[in-house]
Amino acid sequence: MSARLHICAAGPGVTVQDAGRFGYSRYGVTPAGPMDEAAFLTATRAVGAAAAIEISLGGVTLETEGASLAVAIAGGAFDIRLDQQKLPSACLIPLTPGARLTIRAGVSGAWCYVAVGARFDLPLALGSLSTHARSGIGPKPLAAGDALRFLGVAPAPDGAQAIEAPWLARDDAPIRVMLGPQDDYFTPKAIEALLSAEWRVGARSDRMAYALEGPQLTHSRGHDIVSDGAAIGAIQIPGSGAPFVLMADRQPTGGYPKIATVIGADLGRLAQLRPGETLRFTKVGWAEAVAARAALKNKLAAGAVLTPLAAEVSTEKLLAVNLIGGVVSGRE
Amino acid sequence: MRYDRPRFLDQGEAALTVEFGDAVDAELNALVLALDGAFLQEGLQGVRETTPTYRSLLVHYEPLEMSRQALIGWIEQRLPVIASEAKQSRAAVAGASRNDGGVWVIPCCYDPEIAEDIKEAGSILGLSPSSLAEAHAAADYRAFMYGFAPGWCYLGGLPEALAIPRRLAPRGLTPEGAVLIGGGLSLVATNPMPTGWYIIGRTPERLFSLTREPPFLIAPGEALRFEPIDAETFAALDARAAKGEILARREERA
Repeated sequence: MSARLHICAAGPGVTVQDAGRFGYSRYGVTPAGPMDEAAFLTATRAVGAAAAIEISLGGVTLETEGASLAVAIAGGAFDIRLDQQKLPSACLIPLTPGARLTIRAGVSGAWCYVAVGARFDLPLALGSLSTHARSGIGPKPLAAGDALRFLGVAPAPDGAQAIEAPWLARDDAPIRVMLGPQDDYFTPKAIEALLSAEWRVGARSDRMAYALEGPQLTHSRGHDIVSDGAAIGAIQIPGSGAPFVLMADRQPTGGYPKIATVIGADLGRLAQLRPGETLRFTKVGWAEAVAARAALKNKLAAGAVLTPLAAEVSTEKLLAVNLIGGVVSGRE
Repeated sequence: MRYDRPRFLDQGEAALTVEFGDAVDAELNALVLALDGAFLQEGLQGVRETTPTYRSLLVHYEPLEMSRQALIGWIEQRLPVIASEAKQSRAAVAGASRNDGGVWVIPCCYDPEIAEDIKEAGSILGLSPSSLAEAHAAADYRAFMYGFAPGWCYLGGLPEALAIPRRLAPRGLTPEGAVLIGGGLSLVATNPMPTGWYIIGRTPERLFSLTREPPFLIAPGEALRFEPIDAETFAALDARAAKGEILARREERA
């Protein structure tokens, strides 16, 4: 069975992502993949999908045609509406033909995932469906007027359900990093500053890297290294002394020293910060980082709790919803 | 400089940099590619992929499947074999994935009409465009690594006379197939990008194309040479390459 999903409106940065494109970094190809893996897995596992639509602050409006789809949504605290009904920021819904799903930036968070109980009818590029916009590999970023075709459509649920995934709750604890691999290129004062300062996410942040604003970090041995492989989460310090954290669309190699690396369990939390928001770093060792990784993996494996939502929207609920504010900030 | 023993540097809990030295050097690069070859051949459980560079190998692994210690132990066990393989491969300039000792011959047009910066680079180096082209085409290169963008292949073996510093500010987007020099190296570029290097030629060959099999032509560690062609030949070959044809050929090393 097949179905189509229409993109009625889309801000910038709406892409298709699967787990990522691995094995080609040796040819200069970026892995891409989701910015917040825990949110991506929460949405995809709820409907048994391998890929999802990743939505940025610009939001998106979707409609189906042909068949009802099971749609799971998870990510930051986005504002999600099915026609007039306001839904929790993580939910599983039936999207029936003619119904309109609108996702807009809510109170917090920068990325939201929409997974469909079906297979994208899209060709794999180097074994993956992930969009890497800069190199043009993978599906093109989605825009208003596009339609996605799906194959092997699973039955849609009877009613909307809330996905209770406590690991997606906002948590302002410091972002954990491991020092290195080039912490020896920095003065002890610079390392201390990295770990003690309050950092602000800069406006020039995107899927490739998050720019950080704060104190200038001084190199002790220059800012040029012979190119070296770069992992997700690595914090590069160019000549300006202003850090940037490499994210999903990073270059596979780089020539600036990397003072520290954000641990895997905290990458999604960092990704969900918007430009202008602040964060702090704290240092951990390998064992602690692996323990945090295992804890998150176990939570994800245990699965989210689904709670049925009332189909009827009460007047009280409608009044509680701000129907005037929250105009979509993206280009529409 | 090449270290006596590699340094193991963490990049978070799921990536380990194995650093053999801190220079751009064929011997060093051969060690990196020999270790990379061991990972490719043995397909170690828990290792997601490896990224070879001039001087280090980045191992992306799943620490819940393999500990850092076990990974380092596996690498250390292979170091003696890797050292001897690297010596052999340096003699043959053989690749990690192709061991026939051959060399890729890549057509390259050095005509100033197509090679946008050859006059400027020549005037900085004190060479006429034609002697710059002649020197570039006379050398044997080795693909040290890819980086920056898909199909951006960094080459060692540039003659000393062509060692030119990077521009102070980047130039605009490179055309497809740009052949560049900068910072003592040469480079063939596929995806258009801004760069601080100088375009001294263009190849009609696509080092990377998603619509062709194989998508990537040259593996890190392989040898290559440029064969000068005129602007007319460039146009004809470019049309053939656009249809998916591979233009480069493998030759025995002289």
